[in-house]
Amino acid sequence: MDLNDWILSLHVLSAFALVGAMVIFWIMIVSLWGTDSTSRVASLMRVSQIGTMLVSVGSLGTIIFGVWLAISVDAFEIWDGWVIAAIVLWALAVELGRRGGKLYGDAGTEAERLAAAGTETSPVVAETFGASRALQFHAASSVLIVLLLIDMIWKPGA
Amino acid sequence: MIGVLAFSRPEFPLFLHVFGAMILVGAATTAVVAQLAPGVVTGDGDRMRRFSFRTLLFAALPAYIVMRVGAEWMYSKEFGDSTADDPTWIGIGYMTADIGALLLLIALITAGIASRKAKYRLGKASGVVAAIALVGWIVAVWAMSGKP
Repeated sequence: MDLNDWILSLHVLSAFALVGAMVIFWIMIVSLWGTDSTSRVASLMRVSQIGTMLVSVGSLGTIIFGVWLAISVDAFEIWDGWVIAAIVLWALAVELGRRGGKLYGDAGTEAERLAAAGTETSPVVAETFGASRALQFHAASSVLIVLLLIDMIWKPGA
Repeated sequence: MIGVLAFSRPEFPLFLHVFGAMILVGAATTAVVAQLAPGVVTGDGDRMRRFSFRTLLFAALPAYIVMRVGAEWMYSKEFGDSTADDPTWIGIGYMTADIGALLLLIALITAGIASRKAKYRLGKASGVVAAIALVGWIVAVWAMSGKP
């Protein structure tokens, strides 16, 4: 394996971390759908912490190793249409994911606090873990990530 | 028409394979953390064992099937007519997929029993088995992309 193979490997592993985190959050959203139980939400906060860590590593790894690869590999250029599309999709997906993650994170922290204080239900938690703005952000971010994957595999115009 | 064109290109099986593998890794990570992480509130044990079992059954298992179908489809298109030995990375991929399938089934069955009968140690064992499969799949991702 030469340097470019290692960069590609790290780029793909980062992409797995990013999509893996997205999957973790989807499983949590489906599992907690419409719940107002603070203890149920608090129980899954450990899982959410791993998702948050993976999304950070995955987001940074995909862009750093992706751009490095586009510069390093002779067959590709950073200004190729599909590379620019990927960077734009990545930026939008990360920002929307960050906004959704902030809303879910705040609700999770609130649920942990209430559960520790002995409060069993919360309307705020129920609202966030239903058809909320947080869900819209997460769904939009997920769609963009899938489009990004399609762009990476088909490489339109390459 | 676009759909027909997309399905006729070799990229579609690759997309299926990669996307299935990504969901599999995410689902397996979720199940492992749910089984092995310490509880936060009272009653966490039962809840997390049930959550882990359902994640393996409804997310990891279907994702594994999608990943494997994509892999076989890709293999038949890329290497179907070849009589030469498979490259090393293909061998690593098949090995981790086959052993991973067995480990996934063991983790799934043990998680199911642990969830139904509230067995703490069996739940932890399920998490450890799923974690071993997960490590193998991460090695496969490295091998598939770096092609050593």
